[in-house]
Parts: sequence; structure tokens; C-alpha cells
Amino acid sequence: MQIPYIVEERPDTGLNNSKLGIWVFLASEIMLFGGLFSAYVFLRMAAPVGDFAYWGSKLSIPMATFNTIVLISSSVTVIMSWASLKMKDFEKYKMYMGLTLLCAFLFLVVKYFEYTGKFHHGIYPSSSTFMGIYFTLTGLHMLHIIGGMIVMGYFWLPFGNKMWQSDPERFTNRIEVAGLYWHFVDLVWIFLFPILYLL
Amino acid sequence: MSNDSHHEENFLQKYIFSVDHKVIGLQYGITSLLFLFFGFCLMMVMRWQLAYPETSVPIVGWLLGESDILMPEIYNMLGAMHGTIMIFLGVVPLAVGAFGNYIVPLQIGAPDMAFPKLNAASYWSYFIGGVIMLASFFMPEGAARSGWTSYPPLSIFETGQTTWLIGMVFLITSSLLGSMNIIVTIVQLRAPGLSWFRLPFFVWAQFVTAFLLVLAFPPLEAAAVLQLMDRVAHTSFFLPSGLVYSGATVDVYGSGSPLLWQHLFWFLAHPEVYVLILPAMGIVGDVIANNTRKPLWGYKSLVYASVFLGFMSFIVWAHHMFLTGMGQAMSAFFQTTTMIISIPSVVILTAFFISLWGASIRFTTPMLFALAFLPMFGIGGLTGLPLGVGASDIHLHDTYYVIGHFHYVVAPGTIFALFAGIYYWFPKITGRKMSEALGKLHFWPSLIFMNGVFMPMFIQGLAGVSRRLYDGGQLYAHAQDVLQWNEFMSISAFCLAAAQIPFIINVFVSMFNGEKVDRNPWGATTVEWSAPSPPVPHANFEGDVEVYRGPYEYSVPGADKDFSPQTEK
Repeated sequence: MQIPYIVEERPDTGLNNSKLGIWVFLASEIMLFGGLFSAYVFLRMAAPVGDFAYWGSKLSIPMATFNTIVLISSSVTVIMSWASLKMKDFEKYKMYMGLTLLCAFLFLVVKYFEYTGKFHHGIYPSSSTFMGIYFTLTGLHMLHIIGGMIVMGYFWLPFGNKMWQSDPERFTNRIEVAGLYWHFVDLVWIFLFPILYLL
Repeated sequence: MSNDSHHEENFLQKYIFSVDHKVIGLQYGITSLLFLFFGFCLMMVMRWQLAYPETSVPIVGWLLGESDILMPEIYNMLGAMHGTIMIFLGVVPLAVGAFGNYIVPLQIGAPDMAFPKLNAASYWSYFIGGVIMLASFFMPEGAARSGWTSYPPLSIFETGQTTWLIGMVFLITSSLLGSMNIIVTIVQLRAPGLSWFRLPFFVWAQFVTAFLLVLAFPPLEAAAVLQLMDRVAHTSFFLPSGLVYSGATVDVYGSGSPLLWQHLFWFLAHPEVYVLILPAMGIVGDVIANNTRKPLWGYKSLVYASVFLGFMSFIVWAHHMFLTGMGQAMSAFFQTTTMIISIPSVVILTAFFISLWGASIRFTTPMLFALAFLPMFGIGGLTGLPLGVGASDIHLHDTYYVIGHFHYVVAPGTIFALFAGIYYWFPKITGRKMSEALGKLHFWPSLIFMNGVFMPMFIQGLAGVSRRLYDGGQLYAHAQDVLQWNEFMSISAFCLAAAQIPFIINVFVSMFNGEKVDRNPWGATTVEWSAPSPPVPHANFEGDVEVYRGPYEYSVPGADKDFSPQTEK
């Protein structure tokens, strides 16, 4: 027996299963990063005055600004890829999804140079509480980026997008749900950028 | 994904890597019962040490290393792992993983959970977490021994903790996947006509529980990541400056805070208490309505109370931390919220008691367990009040009183309710009833010995005996008058173990030789009893389900029988 409301929306809730599922998942993600952001506030209050600002000044604002632009662009392209599917333009979908993956990859490359730059100067997570929370927060965020890339890469590659032929509506929903997750990952960075680099 | 067309499934597809919620529910049930038994065994070894300190442990002594005496390091290991296993691998997976998975889709008339593959992933993640926890006993550095609460700084320096943290990440992932699934299933897959206030109380309880798991577990995951960083990358999130350990100043950056861990930990672990108790209340509600042949009294109050309970459980966590010196204002706030949260619990318990009023009660085995739940949970709840008030908590904190309090909630409380659930739904799962005689032989000794184990803990705790003492407090003058209770409690614990033998026999004998029953042996009203026993694989019901009435329409005036099933017009 088929499980109902996988593709079509349930009339009284106005949602399909996956969309509700991803929102509940994102709620738990908010609690995860919320816990870490609270830890950041708590540790900043416990640290000696100026300690966080001193260590924060060692981070590269230009690199992070570039990454912010890259990530926001990827949020735009992921929406475009979904909109292309809505307009039944599969080639455009491939292009925009490819651009999204490229942006995500670019973000990781920049982050790689940031991390290794720190390591070359002998700065590690154990160097200070600020550096500890910096590496933890950005590291966990990067894991989320990589997770998103795996899912979107699967939908981009031929063996993952076969569903477009058999069940286009369901495939479009999948891209929408993946896009919602991607916006969340983007949003986390929007919070990380000021609290780690600017404050 | 299930198909309408029938295709033959091989053994692996059918029983091991199944995506059918019933098989996954049973997998959860069997695994968690085994873990419950294992956690109980750990505790019995500890109880031997407390009753007969530093003597040879019988039967399992050869497992304890070179001598067959329980050494302090192993005692701490058993203590930490008893808590971890009972909560994260035993009771929660049984209450939420097994009962939630098996019963919720049936009670809402759904063919399966909303995301069957995610459901299987949830079980296997739980399984891996369990294997990691078990494997930690055999690793060179041993299992975790910083208590199930893993308070730093101790947990940063003690061995075995890294494995514990990695195991926890898997268990947290498992419960996130499982509870997301339960929320979506309840919201989306209710049968036509099954509006929110026609849901059985059990479904409501599972719904609130799932929200608690989704929202409370991630902060613990965050805390686990931070603690892992402290242990592996030598950060100092939980280590203050100038900390001295083993006579030397610890070489870390410092400026961290052990209190941060406690806040993040209890932000999970207090809602976790309600994760333990709400599904139990759900089971008790269903069993009481069925065996009193009356509607559950105050159904809507029960629903509102459990939703309010769920909400409040997020803002009481620091009542575990009165002694940390976090300040008067904080203590005052958390004392107030703690007193407020006792109100919905009392509402629920009172509604259950009033449901009994004037009923001709059927004393079946599930009903006996459900009835015992009421006073046992009542004792557990009421003994919690002195712990929720800062002034009396100063005396009682970290004593055996606390152990007695939460074990009354979880052991003769939740676990009794889970037993009630097993006896109640066994005919649905197997098509056969469990033996009533063996059931009663299981119930009465269990009830007596449960109290034998936990009641004296209040006496010891009020005298001030600390928990987590390897010798049970032999070196303390104030403990001398109450130490003789240790032997009594330990013998009760061993008898309690013996009292579970009829249950184990009952499960296996009834599975093959129990009385065969039709689809509704208890004369119950809720939707799951309109499915065949056992329900159809990958579909549950033979046709479309439609619901016409509320969940507990027993003894409706003018009806031709004393129950009006939800699926009958």
C-alpha cells in the first residue's frame, strides 16, 4: 500500500510529508547551532576582557567576506535550479545546480586556505578558547556544507536525477527540500560571519 | 518503498533490513529489552559490592579482571554505563522506538511511517551506537566512568569517555531521525475522520515526546562535540584557568567553564525525563480506559496537560544545579518553574485516578501493571518536590534520596507501564494472548521487590548517604545507622531479577502456544484493533480506514455492546 501525501499536499495541513519533515529537521538544527551559539556567548562572558576580540583579529575578514558572497550566491542559484524545474527546463536546472555545487566547492577551498594559514602560524583549536569555538563552529558548518554537496551532487549526477523522467513532480519537491536545507546552511554562516570575524 | 504488487522478500529483506514499521518496531523492542536486561545485570554486580563489600562476586566474578572482587574503577564504569544503557539504550528506545514505531501508525490508521527508509536508518544508527557502547567495555581504556552525566572536568581526564561520546552521537542521530518521523507521521498520515481530538491519548503522548526529542537532543549533541574537542583537540571549553589535576596544573589555555556543560547537558536531560514518562502515561491511559470500560476521564485536560508539560520541561533544567552556586535569582526562577511543572503531572495522574471511579475494573495483567504505575509514579513524583526546592535540595542533593526518587519514576513507573503495553499489545503483534497466570506471577513479585529495592533508598538518602560511593558510605559516621539496608536492597534486587523469569518464559511460550485470539481480544475501541493480528505486512489494514468517533467510547448508552470502535459508524 502506498504511503499517502508523498507528492501531493494533504488538504488540511497544506504540506507534503517531505516538506514538513525538513522543517522539523531544520528546527532540530536550529537547536544544535543554538546550543553552540549559546556556548559561544557563555564562553565569551567567562573569558578575560578583550580575549575574544584579540584572537578574533587574527582572522581574515576579506576571505570571510568573499565566502559570504559566494554562499549567498549559491542560495540564489539553488532557488533558480528549483524554479527551472518548475518551468520544466531541465538543462537550466543542471546549469544552476552545477553553479550551486561550484559555489559550495569554492567556499571549501577558501576555508581550506584559511585553516592551513592558521596552522602555519601555529594557531590550533587549543591555542585559545576563541580559536577552539572558531574551529568547532566553522568545522561543523563545513560538515553541513559537505553533507549538502553530497545530496545536491547526487541530484545533479545522471544516476540521481533519473527520477525527473519517471516522477518529475516528486523530483522537483526533492530539490525544493534540499534547497531549504541549503538556505539554512547559508543562514548559519550569516550568523557565524559577524560573531567570529567582526565582533 | 512498499509496492502494491506482491513480490517475494528474502529473509534479510523481511526481518533484518526491513522498512516495515512493524518489523523495525520489533527490532527496537527486542534490542532494547536485551539492553534493559544487560543494564540490570550491571546494577546487580554493583549491588553485590554494596551489600557485601570487597568479597568475591558470584557467577560473573571471573569477568571482572584479575581478582573476582569488584574494583573501584570497574564500579565507576558499571555505574556510568548502567545509567547510559538504561536511559539511552533501554527505556527510550523501548518507549519511543518500539511502541512509537509499532503502535502509532496502527492507531492513526496509516499503512506505515511517513519515511520508512529513514525509520530503518534510525534503528541501525541506534544499533551502531549500542555496539559502540558495548564494545567500550572491551577496549584497553575501558568504558566511560564519569557517570551518565559526564560532568567535566572529571570527564575530560577519565579514560573511556571518547568512545562514550562517539556512541552518543549515533544514539542522538537515531532518536532525531525517529522522532522527526513520528511527528510527520502523526501530522500527515491520520486516517480520514481522525481529527486531533479523536487521537488516542497514547498518540498525543508520543507526539509531545517526539517534539521533546527533536528540540532537546541537539544541544546535548553540541555539548558532546565540545567535550570531544576538549578531549581530542585539547581545547578548554569546560576547563577553567589554573585547574589542578593530580597535583599538577593542567596545561590548557583555560578560561572555560564546567558549568557550561551542566547547562547544555541538563537542557537535554530534563526534557529527557518527560521523554521517559510521557509514552508511559500514554500506555497507561489506553489500558485504563480499556479495562475500566469507561471513557478516559478528562481526555482534553490530559491532552492540554501533556502539551503544557512538554513546553514547561524546557525551562526547568537548572533545578539539577542548585548547588553549583549559579546564584539566588537563577535558583528562584527554576524553583518556581519546577513547582509549576508538577501541576500538569498531577492533572494527568488525577484524571487517571478519577477514571477508576465507579468502574467495574477488569484486573487483567496489563491493567495490574497500569494500576501499579499510578501510586508508584505518584511516589516518584511527590518525592521530587523536596528536590525542586533549593533549601531542601542542599541536604538531599547527590544522595540516595535522588536515586530513589528518579528510579520510582522510571522503574516501577515507566517500566511497569511498558510491561502493561507489552501485555496489552502482544495479541496484536502475534495473534496470541500472553498467559494471565504467568503474568500475575510476574506482576506481584515485581511490585513487591521494586519497592524493596527503592524504598530504603529514601531512608539512606535522608540520612545523607552520598550516591556513587564504591563502599556505600562505610567510612562515614552518619551512614552507620542506615547501612544495614544495603543488604536488604541487594537481596530485593536479586529477587526482582528472578521475578522477571516468568515474563521471559511467558513471551516465548505464548508466542507459540498462547491462546489464539481474533483481532480485538480486549474489546477495545482504538483503530489498531480493527487490523488483523498480526497486521498485514507493508499495509497494516485490509482496506481503507475511516474514523467516525472519539478514542474512548466505552459503554455508550444505547449501544449494543460496551465498546464502540472508532472505525464503526
